[in-house]
Amino acid sequence: MTAAATTPQTQDAAPAVPGVVLEARDIVKELGHGAGKVRALKGVSLQLNVGELTLLMGPSGSGKTTLLSILGCILTPTSGSLTVAGEPTGGLTPEALAGLRRRHVGFIFQSYNLFPTLTAEENVRLALDVRGSRGSDAIVAAQRALQKVGLRHKLKSYPANLSGGEQQRVAVARSLVGAPSVILADEPTAALDSENGVAVMSLLSQIARDKTRAVLAVTHDPRTVPYADRILRIEDGLIVGEERRAEGVETVHELARTRKRKANA
Amino acid sequence: MSLTLAFRNLFHDRVRLAVTLIGILFSIVLVAVQLGLYLGARGMIISMIDRADGDLWIMAYGTKNFEEAQPIRARERYVALATPDVVSAVPLVTAFTDWRKPTGGSTLVVVIGADAEDGGLAPWNVVEGDASGLGVRDAVMVDKTYLAELGVSGVGDTAQVGTARVRVTGLTEGIRSFTVTPFVFTTLNRARQLIDMPAENITYVLVKVRPGADVQKVRDEIRTSLPDSEVLTRDEFRARSLAHWLFATGAGVALLGGAILGLIVGTVIVAQTLYSSTKDHLAEFATLRALGSSSGYINKVILMQAGLSALIGYALGMSIALAIVYLSEHTALPIVMSPGLAALLLGLTVAMCAISALSAIGKVMRIDPAMVFNR
Repeated sequence: MTAAATTPQTQDAAPAVPGVVLEARDIVKELGHGAGKVRALKGVSLQLNVGELTLLMGPSGSGKTTLLSILGCILTPTSGSLTVAGEPTGGLTPEALAGLRRRHVGFIFQSYNLFPTLTAEENVRLALDVRGSRGSDAIVAAQRALQKVGLRHKLKSYPANLSGGEQQRVAVARSLVGAPSVILADEPTAALDSENGVAVMSLLSQIARDKTRAVLAVTHDPRTVPYADRILRIEDGLIVGEERRAEGVETVHELARTRKRKANA
Repeated sequence: MSLTLAFRNLFHDRVRLAVTLIGILFSIVLVAVQLGLYLGARGMIISMIDRADGDLWIMAYGTKNFEEAQPIRARERYVALATPDVVSAVPLVTAFTDWRKPTGGSTLVVVIGADAEDGGLAPWNVVEGDASGLGVRDAVMVDKTYLAELGVSGVGDTAQVGTARVRVTGLTEGIRSFTVTPFVFTTLNRARQLIDMPAENITYVLVKVRPGADVQKVRDEIRTSLPDSEVLTRDEFRARSLAHWLFATGAGVALLGGAILGLIVGTVIVAQTLYSSTKDHLAEFATLRALGSSSGYINKVILMQAGLSALIGYALGMSIALAIVYLSEHTALPIVMSPGLAALLLGLTVAMCAISALSAIGKVMRIDPAMVFNR
């Protein structure tokens, strides 16, 4: 994977590599119009592999959330290509993109985004309902997902009666229950205290370990680093570095400078 | 789950729910009362025509409704009888005249004269006495609704109509006049006497056509034979009476206008509250969208919210409307609630709420799912 992340611009349009569940190539995203137009992403390429928890880290305004939105098929890139679970996303309508999210993507949000009028179990079940899965099977699946995140005893609790950590764990269960290929988390620990932040990251790490999906978390929380299999650094709309836990820290400032030069050119 | 979500969204904000339901409730009550009055008026206008035993009506030219008719010659009845396929031709007399109350003062009434043995137009819904008792000297039958208006308290009381004395021998219930002028049933000859009509005159001839015969054809044949009179089928006379009272006078337009106004007011209130509710839950709908829900799923949630509002509002509104109907039952202008009207109101309520949901759906369709990252 290192090669894919560090030399994306030179990669040919090859068939999806086994184990790669998401592949982005030369993603450019321009936001705004006319004089106010901003190039938020300047040619990002990356791959996400099953069994890996990848962190996307970078300063504010570096394009983290924009990239996450594109990888999650919420925003469409200005140029570049994205393939999720082997399905190319180019030219798809918003409805088709929603369908792709339904089938392959799970989201975890910074503010949990739980439905305040639904119980924990109902919040999880809602993710199945939009996928057309209903009835007792859906109830059992929702309960299992909550059990997996340690909230079997909070099935009937409303979000208002749950702590921040518990709410985020419900959100994790909701992202898991549809068995997506990719889980994308936006600042999953930002609203949590240290203890709950650790618990959630540990959970995400476990989820990534089950070898059926990839997890990408956008974060600037240093507490999350020990849980990552891989860290991608993003600056000014470009991936400027990659670090792999197994290989130790590899600083790639030189590569970053080269890429910046290419992008500006 | 979509129903659960719609239900919870709806009941989450009780104040907004109350505003929505009050909007629907007022709308339903207003429309029910207006349309109920319209139906009641319609029923009163055509009740005599529907009750009379005649396929064809022979009358003076230009007759606009049942109550206001000029006299025609009684012998025209025989011309009708001579027409092929005519089974019977029954004379009927009606006219406005004064009823002098025994307690003093007078009121306008419509005298209806027909002989019971002819079977033309006899009083119905008789609650006291008997229509056959009209043969007794001075006998008349009136409706209970108008007893106070007529200055009598019931059977046995007497009054004066024109120059003749009349005695109430029977009472009906629910035979009311659109003009709020009481009907007074009596025999043909006594009616002539009460309204001072010559014996050679009548007001209508009720023609009964042989079963299976072509009524239009018989009508045309009688028209040819009676060029000085007008011959209408029952439906034609009914339509003419309704057109006169409801539309030429503007009464029906006012009632229907009120009903339309009620629908508009209801739609605006529901649309406003539903839009506002959707706006409050926009972030949740964006989350749903991010989770991959189709726009159809989200629309379903909003439409279910609208549908639930409609059903609850309808139940409350109909309860009040039925109470008003009950209270108006014995008044001169009763409000009618038929199963058809109840079904129509349900349909209108659901349609009103569905139309109201369009603005909310429009708002949701413009959701940027990326807003889920900005909460």
